[in-house]
Amino acid sequence: MDALDVARWQFGVTTVYHFLFVPLTIGLSVLVAVLQTRWHRTGDPRYLRLTKFYGKLFLINFAMGVVTGIVQEFQFGMNWSDYSRFVGDVFGAPLAIEALLAFFLESTFLGLWIFGWDRLPRRVHLATIWAAALGSTLSAYFILAANSWMQNPVGYRIDPDTGRAELTDIVAVLTNKVTLVTFPHTLAGCFLVAGALMVSIALWHLRRPAEDPAEKKTSPDTTSPESTSPESTRAGEDRAAFRFAARFGAWVTLAAAVAVVISGDQQGKIMTEVQPMKMAAAEALYTTEAPASFSVLTVGSLDGSRELFAIKVPYLLSILGTGDPNGQVRGINDLQAQYVSQYGPGGYTPIIPVTYWSFRFMIGFGLAAAAVALWVLWAQRRGRTPTSRWLFRAGLVMPVLPLAANCFGWIFTEMGRQPWVVFGEMLTRDGVSRSVSLPEVLTSFTAFTLVYATLAVVEVRLLLRYAKAGLPDVEPAPEPDPGTDDENRPLAFAY
Amino acid sequence: MDLPTVWFLLIAALFTGYFILEGFDFGVGILLPVLGRDDRERRVLINTIGPVWDGNEVWLITAVGGLFAAFPGWYATLLSGFYLPLLLILLALIFRGVAFEYRHKRADAAWKARWDAAIFLGSLLPAVLWGIVVANLLRGVPLAADHDYAGGLLDLLSPYALLGGATTAALFVTHGAVFLALKTTGEVRDRAGRLAARSALATALLAGTFLAITLTIRHTPAAVGLAAGAAVALVGALAATRVRREGWAFVGTAAAIGLTVATLFAALFPNVLPSTTDPAGTLTVANAASGAYSLKVMTWVAVVFAPLVLAYQGWTYWVFRKRIGVANIPG
Repeated sequence: MDALDVARWQFGVTTVYHFLFVPLTIGLSVLVAVLQTRWHRTGDPRYLRLTKFYGKLFLINFAMGVVTGIVQEFQFGMNWSDYSRFVGDVFGAPLAIEALLAFFLESTFLGLWIFGWDRLPRRVHLATIWAAALGSTLSAYFILAANSWMQNPVGYRIDPDTGRAELTDIVAVLTNKVTLVTFPHTLAGCFLVAGALMVSIALWHLRRPAEDPAEKKTSPDTTSPESTSPESTRAGEDRAAFRFAARFGAWVTLAAAVAVVISGDQQGKIMTEVQPMKMAAAEALYTTEAPASFSVLTVGSLDGSRELFAIKVPYLLSILGTGDPNGQVRGINDLQAQYVSQYGPGGYTPIIPVTYWSFRFMIGFGLAAAAVALWVLWAQRRGRTPTSRWLFRAGLVMPVLPLAANCFGWIFTEMGRQPWVVFGEMLTRDGVSRSVSLPEVLTSFTAFTLVYATLAVVEVRLLLRYAKAGLPDVEPAPEPDPGTDDENRPLAFAY
Repeated sequence: MDLPTVWFLLIAALFTGYFILEGFDFGVGILLPVLGRDDRERRVLINTIGPVWDGNEVWLITAVGGLFAAFPGWYATLLSGFYLPLLLILLALIFRGVAFEYRHKRADAAWKARWDAAIFLGSLLPAVLWGIVVANLLRGVPLAADHDYAGGLLDLLSPYALLGGATTAALFVTHGAVFLALKTTGEVRDRAGRLAARSALATALLAGTFLAITLTIRHTPAAVGLAAGAAVALVGALAATRVRREGWAFVGTAAAIGLTVATLFAALFPNVLPSTTDPAGTLTVANAASGAYSLKVMTWVAVVFAPLVLAYQGWTYWVFRKRIGVANIPG
């Protein structure tokens, strides 16, 4: 083990960890904004309670996303200084733009949203959550533009004097075809997580049969408040709100799943074009085939080079890669030979079992989330309330499915680019900081791992605690009125 | 003025803004156990910065992002060379950021005490370490001809650098105390005002010494002028805290921090990271900068969007301009 290996592990661990929080930040900010908009439009307190409830979970998650994000920005320079020197001109620009355009928007307006319930007019307060959501979404665009440049470098030249990459066309970088397909794919993945979390928690609150017999027959809207005690009215209102949340979240999950599939399919074609090795590695396709089949799973030798058993779907890989059932998909051996003649001797093949399985886990977990969402919608058809115990159990694991899909997606796309850090231009091993010693990087890797693990426990416990607590009682904050403002009035929200 | 110089000024401005803004919220964090005698008072302190601390921290993210884009060579050497101090800063910022959000999420006293410790240490560590980092930036560090850091951890802990750490910590504590006197009511306000008057004296002495030594290491006419301005601001802040002019005291400490940071950057120019060993290793505005096209693009982005950011961030401070006291803390 050397400093390079540890630096790789550290980057992998901190990045995947960071991306556990990012999708929820992006997805849930929009869903919370939608809920608040519904409250604003209808005045129905149910939506305000849902806004505050999911808003709290969103903020617990957001804090982790922010602090782990700072690490990412520093890590390029700290651990990958030769990479940074080489690409800063091109890669740094979207990062700096991201900070100026997106992070300020996100953090400033989120501060206004959290603390502004009683300080801002309602309409302005609603605008703040949308502005924060826009900030988060924009940040995804710029960081993906930076990442896509590593997958498919465009709009640059290599300075013959310094040997560094130099930006020549910012529009080309921001409209990189890889960015244009990766952004919708990632965004859809974010909504997959946010929708699933919303459904999962709502289902948990619906898991016990209604105490109010009126609900079973039709819907609680027919429950007349006069005939029941205040407690059961409250319980009925909560159930109605969570039934809405379950349905809304399930539709979001399902729509996101469709978007993930469509954008993923387009991504596959672009990938086959610009990074054919990654496509070959996704299938562990050693020899060029036309038509090429897709294996659902393979049992093979440990290094993945020999298969013992496989379930195959004919033509599917050709369709995924080229859009033509008989299209040619190039194999690893072919590409390796081509790259050797192009870039000189060396291994240009990623670790095949990692790419092969992460690609399948990504698809599998994503589809599983969509399946649960469909099930929820079916169970709620025509105003029914879900009762199946198996559905409630599936609901518990539901948020984990798209989270896992996202993680494996990133593992696939980053590991599939190896051994390159910038495809065709720089090898990962050449990008590492030479002045950072093994003890130093071991120290940081250990520290990050321990701190991240501890905070994960704290964060998940807190999320569960607030998820279980259920919908808060709310009184809409009074519109601010400077004339009659009482100096000693308690704040609507305080840390 | 050529584009690399423009970007040197912009980077200096971003770090200056960062230290002025996060300076007072670091100060509030350090003063949490000192000025907050019970949970309610501590909540008053935290809520003075609650809506704004995250936006303040984005100044750092933007400064470092700008550094990466405009001066990749500087970014790469600085961050890999100052590896362990920066690691500590990152860990501190992680705990601190999470603490603000999580502290009030449970009523249990042990839970709150742990997060209070995280806020305190998470503010104190960066307050000291940033001083150590900028002092080393100015004094220079051992750099090899390929611009890679060639020293060890101890090279970063010279007496001058430690004085720099003490100076930033003192500046931020005073700045934070002045901010609290300006933003709170009742006893907390009185206590903060008294503490500010005392700490301003110590700060003025520390910062004065630090600036004087700085100018003996490296000086340009601009740096001398800015240092003189910083000295005036320090004296002004000291006087204002004595007579309890809270607004002027805040202007004074903000100016003192801003001018101190500006002095460092002015003394550094046209170098960005001098080498104390191989002169070929010295990084300058010219040899660390990105290409002209990249800088031009970034300049346009900054010209269009920076005023917008300043406007809405300024508006946030306006929205949350009111003082708060224990009576405003909900049960």
